[in-house]
Amino acid sequence: MDFQLSDDQRALRSGMRDLLDAVFDRDRLRAAVDRGGAPDRALWRELGAAGFFALRLPEEAGGVGLGLPEAVLLFEEAGRALLPGPLVATHLAAGLVRGAAEGEAVVTAVDGGLPVAHLAAADAVLVGADALTGEELRAFVAAARPVRSMDPLTPLHQVEGRAAAAEAYPGALRYEGALLTAAEQLGSAARTTETAVQHAGEREQFGSPIGSFQAVKHLCADMLARTEPARAAVYAAAVTGDPVEIAAAKLLADDAAVRNARDCLQIHGGMGFTWEADVHLHLKRAWLRSASLLGRAAAEELLAAGLGAARPLPGGSAAPGPGAREAGGGG
Amino acid sequence: MDLAYTDAEEEFRRRLREWLAAVLPGLPPKPPPDDWPARREYDTTWQRMLYDAGYAGLHWPADAGGQGATPTQHLIYLEETEKAGAPYVGANFVGLLHAGPTIAAEGTAGQRARWLPPVLRGDEIWCQGFSEPDAGSDLAGLRTRAVRDGDGYVVSGSKIWTSHAEVADWCELLVRTDPEAPKHRGISWLAMPMDAPGITVRPLRTLAGSTEFAEMFLDEVRVPVSHRVGAENDGWRVTMVTLSFERGTAFVGEVVACRRTLDALADEARRNGKWDDAVLRRRLGGLNAEFRALWRLTQWNVAESERTGGVPGTGGSVFKLRYSGARQELYEAAAEVLGADAFDVDREWVLDRLSSLSYTIAAGTSQIQRNIVAERILGLPKGR
Repeated sequence: MDFQLSDDQRALRSGMRDLLDAVFDRDRLRAAVDRGGAPDRALWRELGAAGFFALRLPEEAGGVGLGLPEAVLLFEEAGRALLPGPLVATHLAAGLVRGAAEGEAVVTAVDGGLPVAHLAAADAVLVGADALTGEELRAFVAAARPVRSMDPLTPLHQVEGRAAAAEAYPGALRYEGALLTAAEQLGSAARTTETAVQHAGEREQFGSPIGSFQAVKHLCADMLARTEPARAAVYAAAVTGDPVEIAAAKLLADDAAVRNARDCLQIHGGMGFTWEADVHLHLKRAWLRSASLLGRAAAEELLAAGLGAARPLPGGSAAPGPGAREAGGGG
Repeated sequence: MDLAYTDAEEEFRRRLREWLAAVLPGLPPKPPPDDWPARREYDTTWQRMLYDAGYAGLHWPADAGGQGATPTQHLIYLEETEKAGAPYVGANFVGLLHAGPTIAAEGTAGQRARWLPPVLRGDEIWCQGFSEPDAGSDLAGLRTRAVRDGDGYVVSGSKIWTSHAEVADWCELLVRTDPEAPKHRGISWLAMPMDAPGITVRPLRTLAGSTEFAEMFLDEVRVPVSHRVGAENDGWRVTMVTLSFERGTAFVGEVVACRRTLDALADEARRNGKWDDAVLRRRLGGLNAEFRALWRLTQWNVAESERTGGVPGTGGSVFKLRYSGARQELYEAAAEVLGADAFDVDREWVLDRLSSLSYTIAAGTSQIQRNIVAERILGLPKGR
């Protein structure tokens, strides 16, 4: 057992971080806020060229041929950087909607009764198993009502009728989407922890860095104690692909992202309450993501249904039927 | 990211399972909790069985008489013994997990030869004399004095929270040998024979009603200088070697057990109708996420220590902080499943609910763990 990142996975993650540092620095982030979060088409194509959307398509289909473990590392980085746009939907649409894999198309999705993100910019919207484009899409958009979005990086439309009730994505795609969303939450939780620790080490009150006071120090410790179990859950779910394990990952990552952002805000004091500080961007995204794709109630019910003696032995490890070993990640 | 076990690891697991299936039915019944001599007998019998089968000191280095197993093999051992319902380490805890590894790391060849084999065979039991009434979280503030007198130390003071003191042969004892030095630099580590004159053991009753540990009063107890491990006044460093073992794979078996408890709680709730309460059902679902994640975090930490050559990282503090709270939440939920039966200490889970309260205190309180996480992992400045 080697439940750690492989060298290739480390390289993939640092490559993604370098790319985002180069193409989506803080100025670009704040510019995105100022234009209401609409995806930057040039950046979308750059992500496509880097293989962000085609990552899990087979190489013979023009993809990168990697798996969910690699995908969660990329989505974790996207979550860290607060990268806007319907990243999960477009990634899942690769191979299903023309142009999605290359970053030529922006694809969004309905998710139960939740408002639909980035609808105005979308080239396609996934409604259950259907992908609406062209005339159908225009009719869908015309029937939707723009919402003044709480999150300045995520424009929202409310939809009604048949589409509003549609589950996001058919079958296994729904769980993959939940896992990739959890990975974004994980990245956000790690980032707000770092931001809070940095601020607590620099900001002085009463003649000392506030991070030397236990009241502040313990908030920071709790942030890490939320992030690291969430990380283990997200990475493990990426390896096993098991729906109950994905529900655990989503629940813990949602909790880590939301509560860490709130603690980060608290540690920043009055500045944390301003538009200028980035922490509200993390919190608002985290709130949105935690409601989407396996929200708390759905995740907890799935996890409850997974309990009981009739189920396999706890551990999930090496219950060795022939070929029943947990799949290893690539790389 | 690879959760698959290697062929060699699976082979280790298979042989262990076979052995457990063969020997566990022959074990005597578990002794009553307050019968310490019987508990010692039971625990040491099990240790001797492990020794004879080649599983004693699995994670100890081979040159200390251990099996030199990898961290992953140790994880498998703890997982499988728990699943099979094998006895816990019990009275052998301090010898196998604290004193033994310390002697293995810091002792002389003679000290290793004297003390390590009896621990592995289950012949001798160790207890721990670290905490004092006035030195808990501030362990380095300990005041038990050891004054040099010829070839011995004369030790006076008091220790507290000493488990298995009534039946131990040896005590790993922290004493102050230089009262003038800064507090971390005046401490020494001694192996004190528990039959030495001047030792009084007074059992302490816990809030669960049992006597799991004791106070120990030391009145001019003579300990030979040859029983000191490490240099005089270097005991703090020697102790930190010991404590780092406590936070490696220490809770593997317990996490496996908690997951089994959670399954049993779900079964009981389905049986008694409480499962229809969505709030309780979802609470159990949330705990499922928690303990699944703790299991994966354990695998993550073990794989990390495998890569770094077996050294447990500071990640253990994050784990302990989270696990100790989760364990308490588990038994709070258990009380809700039990309903009116939650007040009957003879019902399963009721004593566990009480004993879970010690988890956020023992082996470093959650507040101390947060300091460790904040200062040693996150790099925040030390407080005043």
